[in-house]
Amino acid sequence: MSTRPDGMSGEGRLLRYVDALAEAVAQEMERDPRVFVFGLDVTDHKGIQGSTLGLRERFGPDRVFGTPLSEDAMTGVAIGAAMAGLRPVHVHIRNDFLMLAMNQLVNIAAKTHAMYGGAVTVPMVVRSMIGKSWGQGAQHSQALHALFLHIPGLKVVMPSNAHDAKGALIAAIRDDNPVIFIEHRLLYPTEAYVPEAPYTVPPGQARICMTGDDLTLVGISNMVVECLRARELLAEIGIQAEVIDPIWLEPLDIETIAASARRTRRLLVADNAWTRCGIGAEIIAAVLERAGPAAGIAVGRLGFAATACPPAPTLEAAFYPNPATIAEAAYRMVKPDAPAWHPDPERAKLAYQVQFRGPF
Amino acid sequence: MDEHPPLTIPSGTPAEIERFYRSLRRIRRVEEEIARLYPSNVIRSPIHLSIGQEAVSVGVIDGLNPDDVVAASYRGHAAYLAKGGDLKAMFAELYGRDTGCARGRGGSMHLIDPAHHLLGTSAVVGTHIPLAAGQALALKREGRGRVVVVFFGDGATEEGVFHETLNFAALHRLPLLFVCENNFYAIHSPLDHRWATRRLCERVATYGIPAHQITDGDLLRIRACALEAVASMRQGSGPVFLECHTYRWCEHVGPSEDFEAGYRNRTEAQPWQETDPLDVMGRLLDPLTRAQIDQEITLEIAEAVAFAEASSFPAAEELLAHVYAP
Repeated sequence: MSTRPDGMSGEGRLLRYVDALAEAVAQEMERDPRVFVFGLDVTDHKGIQGSTLGLRERFGPDRVFGTPLSEDAMTGVAIGAAMAGLRPVHVHIRNDFLMLAMNQLVNIAAKTHAMYGGAVTVPMVVRSMIGKSWGQGAQHSQALHALFLHIPGLKVVMPSNAHDAKGALIAAIRDDNPVIFIEHRLLYPTEAYVPEAPYTVPPGQARICMTGDDLTLVGISNMVVECLRARELLAEIGIQAEVIDPIWLEPLDIETIAASARRTRRLLVADNAWTRCGIGAEIIAAVLERAGPAAGIAVGRLGFAATACPPAPTLEAAFYPNPATIAEAAYRMVKPDAPAWHPDPERAKLAYQVQFRGPF
Repeated sequence: MDEHPPLTIPSGTPAEIERFYRSLRRIRRVEEEIARLYPSNVIRSPIHLSIGQEAVSVGVIDGLNPDDVVAASYRGHAAYLAKGGDLKAMFAELYGRDTGCARGRGGSMHLIDPAHHLLGTSAVVGTHIPLAAGQALALKREGRGRVVVVFFGDGATEEGVFHETLNFAALHRLPLLFVCENNFYAIHSPLDHRWATRRLCERVATYGIPAHQITDGDLLRIRACALEAVASMRQGSGPVFLECHTYRWCEHVGPSEDFEAGYRNRTEAQPWQETDPLDVMGRLLDPLTRAQIDQEITLEIAEAVAFAEASSFPAAEELLAHVYAP
């Protein structure tokens, strides 16, 4: 599958998301000797699903090394090294595991620049991956970006395609702040056109993936892909949805989203997480604060069901938003008085969900 | 573990004695001045005084080069000053002024002096220990033989991150000197309520880290032990651990004594106060030299306090400055 939303050059080769990540890191390590990569299993034969493969052979064990299972201390090591002038990329194979690093991320990484009056910076990237499907279960499937978004001092980025994965990772490595870089496992095999030369997808710039006049659909991480599919289903019945990918959630390009919502007067956010106190609530509140009541913008949120992610296929399918549920929610917002509409479930599936086989 | 390190403890030269006295006296007098000022509410920041514990910072840091790195905790005034931290910037920080070392954003618990290679001090116990390892990793790669010293209390050794960092530092042979200032209390909880055994050095030694215990608070012994550790670390030996027994004379937080509070008593403090290294060094100096040092320190402190009082508070419009680096 390839995605090529507006705003991309269309140059380069079709490259998988996972290979785009690896290329970004290798190019930055080549450019800047201060960059190093570490984390549990970054040097094993699987290389974080391939995203770190070959780096140790190319850049040596001083710049690419595995770690003990000590997320707390290893995050502190990354912060200390960053304060000393290096530029660490700390890799975790699951977003869930960052809970073991929260003290360092929240109390130190986020606050160091402010707490010492700008005397020091913490240029570090924390990579982690969201799991989904094949029974990942409650502790391998979480997307906890809302926790990080609550904390001033952290930047958060969740690229949805290979082009942005490369450009945002390069931007994150070059940023002088701690950046929480959250990937999605199901996006790893997806392809997009990716320029070979280094480039950045800079913080604070959303992308309008597809234009439309009836509704603004904002997707987070792989929900962008689900929203694009929902848009196709809606188009078949004459509804034109505008799909926006914020890419960076902090800093967030709220103006692009607000401008779209003012025009379409309908805003639906599909998050790849629980909705309570989430980025959907934040985006909607920020848009309504800007637009005011006179704008008459209808709003809605979709996200995980409010429970731990279950592995049973029947339950797991109901846990996540999907193109059909997104399209149905959009339809209700556009045509609140019309009878219910349900797209053909077979046609609402995503190709990669059908094809994916575990284990991870 | 090595309870009695096979070191020859040199008696200090006159110049060294003078240097140690000056450093101990300066820290003591600075903190006494902070305690004196505190009730007037000009310092609105929780203070954790080092009074009684100065010799550990002074003894260890005397064995360092100016470009070696020191990391310390919220009870960090002694380490900050012993490492050469700017006194005016410290008082201004305690006063919350824009000229403070953290521009009024840190307070007593978050002192920093990058020019003197003092990492920002941290207020969540044990949190700064892995940061010191990150610094040591960077210095090891730099390859110039610089080292890092991290000071922490006995309570910090109960945190998981302490053990995680010991393991990582040993694994990577980092040039990192761990210094535990064991004052026997974590806030008000005594050691025997927290430790199944007191064999801390044995615990550390199992990571493959040489661990030494100094129980008498003797500054020259602490310094000799630190010098030997630092010399071996510069040659690539990997980390070393020192457990220095010491005693906090004041309350955990605040300017006063708390021997009446019931969790400890004054008789416990007496042996430490009778062998106070500040007195020991002071008696070795001739009275004229000592008086001159005392006067210089008095003047320096008065200047620093005046500097803080004359400095402006940060402008309210700058509240959101430094949240993100440009």
